[in-house]
Amino acid sequence: MFKKILIANRGEIACRVIKTAQRLGVKTVAVYSEADALARHVGLADEAYCIGPAAAKDSYLRGDKILETAKNCGAQAVHPGYGFLSENADFAEDCAKSGLVFIGPPPAAIRAMGSKSAAKDIMGKAGVPLVPGYHGEAQEAALLQKEADKIGYPVLIKASAGGGGKGMRIVEKAADFAAALASCQRESKASFGDERVLLEKYLTRPRHIEIQVFADTQGDALYLFERDCSVQRRHQKVLEEAPAPGMSQARRNSMGEAAVAAAKAIGYVGAGTVEFIAEPGDGKKSAGTFYFMEMNTRLQVEHPVTEMITGLDLVEWQLRVACGEPLPRAQDELAINGHALEARIYAEDPDKNFLPSTGRITHLAAPAESRHVRIDTGVCAGDAITPFYDPMIAKLIVWDLDRPSALARMRGALEQFQVVGVSTNTEFLARLVSCEAFAKADLDTGLIERNRAELMPAPPLAGDEVLALAALAELLAIERRAKERAAGSGDPFSPWGSCDGWRLNQDNHHILIFRQGDREQAVTAHYRPGRFELELPGGRHSLTGAWQADGSLTAWLENAVLQANVVRSGQTLDVFFRGTRYQLELHDPALHEIDTDAHGGNLRAPMPGKIIAVLTKSGAKVEKGTPLIILEAMKMEHTIVAPGRGTVKEIHYKVGEQVNEGAELLGFELDKD
Amino acid sequence: MSTLKTNLNARSAEFRANAGAMSALVDDLRAKIDQIAAGGGEAARAKHIARGKLLPRERVRTLLDAGSPFLELSQLAALDMYDNEAPCAGIITGIGRVLGQECMIVVNDATVKGGTYFPMTVKKHLRAQEIAAQNNLPCIYLVDSGGANLPTWEEVFPDREHFGRIFYNQANMSAAGIPQIAVVMGSCTAGGAYVPAMSDEAIIVKEQGTIFLGGPPLVKAATGEIVTPEELGGADVHTRQSGVADHYALNDAHALAIARTIVGNLNRAKQVNTVLREPREPLYPTEELRGVIPADTRKPYDVREIIARIVDASEFDEFKQNYGTTLVTGFAHIHGYPIGIVANNGILFSESALKAAHFIELCSQRGIPLLFLQNITGFMVGKKYETSGIARDGAKMVTAVSCARVPKFTVIIGGSYGAGNYGMCGRAYSPRFLWMWPNARISVMGGAQAASVLATVRRDGIEAKGGSWSKEEEEAFKQPILEQYDRNGHPYYASARLWDDGVIAPEDTRRVLGLALSAALNAPIEATRFGVFRM
Repeated sequence: MFKKILIANRGEIACRVIKTAQRLGVKTVAVYSEADALARHVGLADEAYCIGPAAAKDSYLRGDKILETAKNCGAQAVHPGYGFLSENADFAEDCAKSGLVFIGPPPAAIRAMGSKSAAKDIMGKAGVPLVPGYHGEAQEAALLQKEADKIGYPVLIKASAGGGGKGMRIVEKAADFAAALASCQRESKASFGDERVLLEKYLTRPRHIEIQVFADTQGDALYLFERDCSVQRRHQKVLEEAPAPGMSQARRNSMGEAAVAAAKAIGYVGAGTVEFIAEPGDGKKSAGTFYFMEMNTRLQVEHPVTEMITGLDLVEWQLRVACGEPLPRAQDELAINGHALEARIYAEDPDKNFLPSTGRITHLAAPAESRHVRIDTGVCAGDAITPFYDPMIAKLIVWDLDRPSALARMRGALEQFQVVGVSTNTEFLARLVSCEAFAKADLDTGLIERNRAELMPAPPLAGDEVLALAALAELLAIERRAKERAAGSGDPFSPWGSCDGWRLNQDNHHILIFRQGDREQAVTAHYRPGRFELELPGGRHSLTGAWQADGSLTAWLENAVLQANVVRSGQTLDVFFRGTRYQLELHDPALHEIDTDAHGGNLRAPMPGKIIAVLTKSGAKVEKGTPLIILEAMKMEHTIVAPGRGTVKEIHYKVGEQVNEGAELLGFELDKD
Repeated sequence: MSTLKTNLNARSAEFRANAGAMSALVDDLRAKIDQIAAGGGEAARAKHIARGKLLPRERVRTLLDAGSPFLELSQLAALDMYDNEAPCAGIITGIGRVLGQECMIVVNDATVKGGTYFPMTVKKHLRAQEIAAQNNLPCIYLVDSGGANLPTWEEVFPDREHFGRIFYNQANMSAAGIPQIAVVMGSCTAGGAYVPAMSDEAIIVKEQGTIFLGGPPLVKAATGEIVTPEELGGADVHTRQSGVADHYALNDAHALAIARTIVGNLNRAKQVNTVLREPREPLYPTEELRGVIPADTRKPYDVREIIARIVDASEFDEFKQNYGTTLVTGFAHIHGYPIGIVANNGILFSESALKAAHFIELCSQRGIPLLFLQNITGFMVGKKYETSGIARDGAKMVTAVSCARVPKFTVIIGGSYGAGNYGMCGRAYSPRFLWMWPNARISVMGGAQAASVLATVRRDGIEAKGGSWSKEEEEAFKQPILEQYDRNGHPYYASARLWDDGVIAPEDTRRVLGLALSAALNAPIEATRFGVFRM
């Protein structure tokens, strides 16, 4: 076994690798960017070295610096994690040149699978079934359009060098093809430096089933069963499980064998995943068909579900295989035990089409880990989710004897997962695992879109209890702030610092206005000795309460005891009460008026990002909806359009510039009608 | 440290009877204040709100720090005056905290006769400024007033303590480094225009605030020019053209937020140059004060029972306990602030006056604020006392009270009669604040004594002329005098005319004193130089 390895990655996967390495007595070396100096993986590793500025291209993608660091600190091998350099054949080669072991497949295998078109050729020759499509090198737009027409719509355009859902477009009809192609090429170029695309028939109710394979340097290969990753949004996986529901043993065997054949066809070594797309009609009765999609030549994000049902540690296997050891088990020694689910908790806003959400995590509470619940994370409370990296906060993995029990575990665990500071998809995930389609395992990649109404309901409205909790939190916060201020003043015991709103010969009250979307509710707190009397929409109630040592809030509303977590960030209060998160805006009429004083017509960046195209110029007269600027953020494109007919006054940024959230991108004057 | 022990039983029938009598008075007071706080009535309030304006008390709430106490002054001003058309005298004044600083807030109530200044309005405004000046409190004027009340101009305009004094005070306070901030939330006409103009910084609310020396009717009468109030002196004019106001606010809430921002930029820090202790509640609940005062005003009681329910931990270090025992003096703390207490426990004799003068000298020397608990029928009279020079000793006490420069606070907890009022720091002796309890009475002498004195003079006159005066005739003569004294010595009558700063319930005394003490410490405690003591 290695004595010391370097992990060329960050976040949860770096932490995950460190954990196994430490268990095996292998020393770990972390690398980090300037933005990650205080990151969790840096603290967990035995040694850590900074390799450059925040942007990935200047740090985590700097193979040269990483190898230099590895050599200087005496590491014997490099674990690339996933993403970044994990599927970079040149880097794998450079490792070897530097005398370091690349914990992954040989460069040739990476290259073979790196171009999707080439990969499909190889697979076709090895007898693995393929989706009808065009994988040619010729890339003229007219030719591609002709090929698409031939395949028949809907057609999927994918970046040849792509992965992870980036650089993909579904085209519903021939007329839309040209525009989608251009956009796809632009994104591919930006993401991968390669604008080549391939075309495929787009299956309308496809399931995404992948097989985990493992191969050693002795030439042996086996499969560790399948994972079902059908539940996706924006072509990215959010919920994965193993085994795949409705999978027959015969089908599992044939898919497994096809996957092993695929691995062997390219001389694969280490952990890999063969992704298949399965046609509808599959399930218990018919075996259905499946097509090869691609092979991921690395450890997958969702590998924990396989670990949970097999009881194996795939990182340990990676390390052993990389050391030249044979596979620890034979195919017939492997069995599936129970059912596992993984939910990816992202900093994103499901209500805004899953746009990534950046900011500092001010509050993070996760369920306790056990044999049923596992959490893989790379962040802690206080960390920031930045536009530089993937906005994943954690992977929540649950296991139980069967799928319904595992689902119940997942629901329970998601309820306990609380994050404030950034928007997250936890409630969305909770609804997803609770929805009927998912419970019945009626899976396909369109599940989220099809059940949109159920999965994205209007935010829960706060009732009297939630309003009382929010009001109490604010009233106690007023007291705390006053105490803090008094303590720091030269007149610390002044009765002026009391926060009971005292009036001479009169009662007094404090009015709190809470907003949820368009709904505004006023709560009047009447000051009473040692308590408040709250005027809530449902009536008047006596209220007292206190913060507990664990940071939770206890309220006594008349005779009821209410427990909640309330987190304040700016004017926003997040109330976590009985498993639901309520987001309330504390309305300050003065602040509000100052905000709306802005002259209007300015177009601001919806999130931090980079300007990738300026489509207008100052002085241009445009119609409502005209695209003006394209912003790339979190590897997604966002088009800023004219809010109405008007004139572009001034453009404040150039292509390539990084902008902060809320930055005014251009001055715009609406026509007066 | 000695701790006061009570000799009262809160469960006794007498205690409960006392508490019942006081409760009736306090309930009446609170009911009056509730009425007064509604300002100019439902219709005027509805009209005010319909114009998009916040009601004056809502403005105070919005301006102050959330949960801040507000020590309102002169709540009963103009009560039963001007046909009761000016509740609160149409102006709300008081001290509250803005960004942690005690500020004097002066708020016109436009629902009361358009916020115009009655004579008592002027007096109340000037009293608020006086308190601000004495205690070094930034002033924030929330202006919404049509200016002087024309029908009563002779009592509002020409004299020294009339309308013009407001601006004189603004200029001199500003000169003394006491910030003057105005928020124009409505009219600011004629002389009123000088409130914002004389301020260090002024805010004006869009489409609500107007400032002009002569309003549109006057302009039309004078020059024939027809102009709207907004064109003549609206927020746009004054913030963009005239420079009479500095900040443009979109509405009341915005204006008050700007006022808070201005306070945040005053760069003032309160320096408390006195030794503070952590406050402790009295051993006996302040609520019990209602039962301490005998319902029968002639019945004596020990004033230490009151002190025990006001001071921290009921700790009171008495000075000269065995000398001049009709006056109680000693050191204590209220809300952590040191205080010297002078409290009547009977009529004043020479010894008690000498003791008072000595104790006031001590407090002045040490920079300890003074509290006078006034319940005094007067100095002892009679040949023996006059010949031994009680006036000489009384003069020493009055000299000491007059010259002491430490903050002085007076609470009239019972009677306030004659020269006793002087020696015990009545209004004329410029205590920083003066309050009355609802059971208190104030007059040059007791009604019964006054009636007897006048009746005696009358009888002597009649009998000198050889006439006769029956007992019945004498009673009929005395009755209106008694009634007049009773009515005009009542705390409501006193408070309506600003002979005090307000009527307070006994149980609020500790809190009110704590707030006032803290506010007073915004000004440094000055050294005292006494006048000649007649020896």
